[in-house]
Amino acid sequence: MSKSNLLSKRTKQLLSDPLNDNNPITVQVLGICSALAITVQLKPAIVMALSVMVVLSVANVIISLMRKVIPSRIRIIVQLVVVATLVIIVDQVLRAFVYDVSKELSVFVGLIITNCIIMGRLEAFGMANGPWDSFMDGLGNSFGYAWILIAVAFFRELLGSGTLFGYPVLESLGVYELGYENNGMMILPPMALITVGVIIWIQRIKNIKLVESK
Amino acid sequence: MQELANIFIKSIFIDNMVFAYFLGMCSYLAVSKTVKTSVGMGFAVVFVLGITIPINYLLENYVLKEGALVWLSEEFTTVDLSFLSFIMFIAVIASMVQLVEMVLEKFSPALYSSLGIFLPLIAVNCAILGGSLFMQERAYTTIIEATVFGLGSGVGWFLAIVGIAAIREKIRYSNVPPALRGLGITFIITGLMGIAFMSFMGIKL
Repeated sequence: MSKSNLLSKRTKQLLSDPLNDNNPITVQVLGICSALAITVQLKPAIVMALSVMVVLSVANVIISLMRKVIPSRIRIIVQLVVVATLVIIVDQVLRAFVYDVSKELSVFVGLIITNCIIMGRLEAFGMANGPWDSFMDGLGNSFGYAWILIAVAFFRELLGSGTLFGYPVLESLGVYELGYENNGMMILPPMALITVGVIIWIQRIKNIKLVESK
Repeated sequence: MQELANIFIKSIFIDNMVFAYFLGMCSYLAVSKTVKTSVGMGFAVVFVLGITIPINYLLENYVLKEGALVWLSEEFTTVDLSFLSFIMFIAVIASMVQLVEMVLEKFSPALYSSLGIFLPLIAVNCAILGGSLFMQERAYTTIIEATVFGLGSGVGWFLAIVGIAAIREKIRYSNVPPALRGLGITFIITGLMGIAFMSFMGIKL
């Protein structure tokens, strides 16, 4: 691919589609597990989103470079090995530089391996397209994933513990003196599901073509 | 014995894979359209968890953990291979799934035709890898405990998927707001089921 069309219309679409019309979480239903489990606070959510971004875009490029030599019968195992290697690297980096967040994410760093966004995109895109497009697709999808993650974490942290990034926002605004209390439910797992459900609801009201037929 | 029963009950209800940790949500949402397919998927998960967790337990305790290789030679007391655990676990899971698929195809075609289509899906089901990683984190003392934990988690997942499938079959007759139809309402119902399951949290075992 020549330099002039590095950011052609198609590649721009690869980047922007997953943000709304083809969002990995709310439309393709991929990668739900991690999206729900680590969204109690903003910080782990952002670390998780960045880790997925690195793993997804790099894995997509590697698989796309190897796509012509991977025998189709064993492609799942090849993909898993590539992803697992990248995740080990990410895990070691997290442990070295942000140990407390890495502890908080516990098994969910390892579970990036089986995050369906990654396998799904590798299968659907990396196996059939060139490396640059795959890279853009990886980036686009991880942005789509990241914004949902950050939105859910924002509401859960703000309403659940009254903080943002650990900073007591509500306290400094003086909301508690008006009789407001934190909603402890928001910290518990079920509310993550309901928050995502509401995001899907709002998105589909705005975007009629995503509504499912009966 | 009582200890084992505790682990079993705890992994089904209190630490339910779906409601407490959101593991295996992708297949949970994708395969829960009818009760029949979800029963098949549920059985496949119980089966694979029951096989892979003991194997990964052995791997963890005799190969990966710090000092685990001491049975080979005294020199290995300080060797710590646990950074390799992700890749080892996923390799075990992927190859076991493949193996189970082949064995079933050969010896029990009836079971194969009912479970067959779900098995490849399971290799990338986070509940399976998650089970192994939780087993590693919680450091069960015997292989029997680990196996019971695996089976219990599988049964918990089975209950969750069959429950949501039954609700989804019924909800087709209800008047759900169009934008919430399908995915949205499933999320919210799962959240409500999760709240119901939280009532088990107070139980101390």
